[in-house]
Amino acid sequence: MNEDWALYEVFIRARSGLEHKHVGSLHAADARMALEHARDTYTRRQEGVSIWVVRSSEIIASDPEEAEALFEPARDKVYRHPTFYDIPEEVKNI
Amino acid sequence: MYTQALDSPGAEPRSPASAGEAERERRFQERIDRDEKIEPKDWMPEGYRQTLIRQIAQHAHSEIVGMLPEGNWITRAPTLRRKLVLIAKVQDEGGHGMYLYSAAETLGVSRGELIEQLLAGRAKYSSIFNYPTLTWADIGAIGWLVDGAAIMNQIPLCRCSYGPYARAMVRICKEESFHQRQGYEIMLTLARGTPAQREMAQDALNRWWWPSLMMFGPSDAESVHTAQSMRWKIKRFSNDELRQRFIDVTVPQAQFLDLAVPDPALRWDEASQHFITGPIDWSEFQTVLKGHGPCNRERLGARRAAHDAGRWVREAAAAYADKHRDRTGGGAERYAQAV
Amino acid sequence: MSAAAESALGASGEDHFRYVLRLADTSLVLGQRLSEWVGHAPALEEDLALGNIALDLIGQARLLLSYAGRIEGRGREEDQLAFLRDAPEFYNVALAEQPNGDFAATIVRQALIDAWQLELYHSLTASADEPLAEIAAKALKECRYHWRFSCGWLVRLGDGTPESHVRAQEALDALWRFTEELITPDALDVRMASLAIAPPLAAVHGRWEARIAAALKEATLRQPASQHYPWHGKSGVHTEHLGHLLGEMQHLQRTYPGATW
Repeated sequence: MNEDWALYEVFIRARSGLEHKHVGSLHAADARMALEHARDTYTRRQEGVSIWVVRSSEIIASDPEEAEALFEPARDKVYRHPTFYDIPEEVKNI
Repeated sequence: MYTQALDSPGAEPRSPASAGEAERERRFQERIDRDEKIEPKDWMPEGYRQTLIRQIAQHAHSEIVGMLPEGNWITRAPTLRRKLVLIAKVQDEGGHGMYLYSAAETLGVSRGELIEQLLAGRAKYSSIFNYPTLTWADIGAIGWLVDGAAIMNQIPLCRCSYGPYARAMVRICKEESFHQRQGYEIMLTLARGTPAQREMAQDALNRWWWPSLMMFGPSDAESVHTAQSMRWKIKRFSNDELRQRFIDVTVPQAQFLDLAVPDPALRWDEASQHFITGPIDWSEFQTVLKGHGPCNRERLGARRAAHDAGRWVREAAAAYADKHRDRTGGGAERYAQAV
Repeated sequence: MSAAAESALGASGEDHFRYVLRLADTSLVLGQRLSEWVGHAPALEEDLALGNIALDLIGQARLLLSYAGRIEGRGREEDQLAFLRDAPEFYNVALAEQPNGDFAATIVRQALIDAWQLELYHSLTASADEPLAEIAAKALKECRYHWRFSCGWLVRLGDGTPESHVRAQEALDALWRFTEELITPDALDVRMASLAIAPPLAAVHGRWEARIAAALKEATLRQPASQHYPWHGKSGVHTEHLGHLLGEMQHLQRTYPGATW
């Protein structure tokens, strides 16, 4: 009989106004238990005000082998950054 | 809690199978040399993966087995405050075990497999937890000395080259900062207490001092694997360096307690600015490591008993989840509504 | 609470002291029992969960014992009350002191008490005794989580595998006889209710029963027939188990009288 519980990833919002951030993982048999375990494991020191849990198997991740194809093309698009443009010192509020 | 004594013999880095493999290993080492972190799906040499799995798993096992000697005093803690602190501390160790098993799982091994290895006696954990906690003072001594040694070992691991391990260690170090302080506070209270309490504190120091020094592992001359682990930045300092650092900070703490370090040869060396200890009895270390320590059987026995007694519970939860998979949040949710 | 406020409530000091000890001792003894699990639970995550509940309960006990000490006015503090009273002076409900047994017995015991504490503390937030109402408000939040946890597990075990169902039903059958004490008022409960310090237990009874009945239904467990043996843990008459629990818990304070820890 199966006694292994699924792996879940845990995301915590540290306080209102911040995004949920990945903090770690845990094992649980069901979603409700995963939330409770996340609470008991990752918020023992008031680390959060909100929890997300998601089954690790549901996460779709990019492949590091494809990193060059995915991320290198952005490197030379410097015109997307404000520092690319020369504006004289005297011009304010821009 | 953790000991460096664990990086024991295991998988050697294999000789590269092909030219392509050699090139990948070269690029991997370059990333390490640039202090880049390695992440779970990145390519890594098999030796690196195996070394990490072994080390992280042993570290995780140590946390879990480490719950037992201190757990032994939870029901007998002398005040309610001490009881709360001790529960919280032992609970932290369980949490640290979880973080570490999770880090190991990113390397392609399941927690279930790792726990099976531990229970079958095929995996190591820190030998320090094979010593008994005979009096309340042992709880103080463990916090002060064992956690003190662990912190010495763990802080460099926060910079380990493997991202998930390093991140787990950052969290663990942050949480452990109270562990050593509560231990020292217990020792201080006992050392300033009644003659019987003082005697209890001295006795605990006598029994825990040498095993704590052994937590750093064999001397560098004897230690296998240190070089490769250092090259991979899994390990940052040698056993002897860390041990010396521990001795240098701990001896003055013992002096403040006005307790005697059980080492007649201990002396301050003006030239090197270090405390020099007498020789460590490594035969004892080997005896305990081989399974013949005072509590090896009890510790593994307790873990096995908990695992076996819990099987039907884990199965029940899994079976319930299978039956009710379509109901988000579990069927009982609505009965948990607040009043 | 000041002596003046106390007399305004009209409670005799002894009654008031004993009533607060009932609440304190139930939390303390149950917390002590749960703490035995830490390091031995069915899964690592459950070690943490049971530890958290133990921490909450012992934390509640500290607040309540300190308050009881102030009511008594003889300078006894939390640790003197926790470690230097013998079993007949403990006033917890007998259910709380029952041994952990297997995980099913622990969960059944926990769910029965969680639902009761949840309803009781909910009512106590409206107590005429303000310090007690404040402690109840804090405890209530914790009890909500405890119930969430134990009720969730009760349902998983009851509706899990055939083995877990049998174990949960057996635990329920064995422990049900102690529930009578939770919901049946004795003379002290009545006097406290007449002063509006405590709620009438009848109100707590109804809500507790509804909560438990719904959970048992979800868990596919059968509610045992009521078994009328009058347990009086809350008057200091206990089962054999409490003496052993206290012997262990109080060991150091008893062996080294007067020492500071």
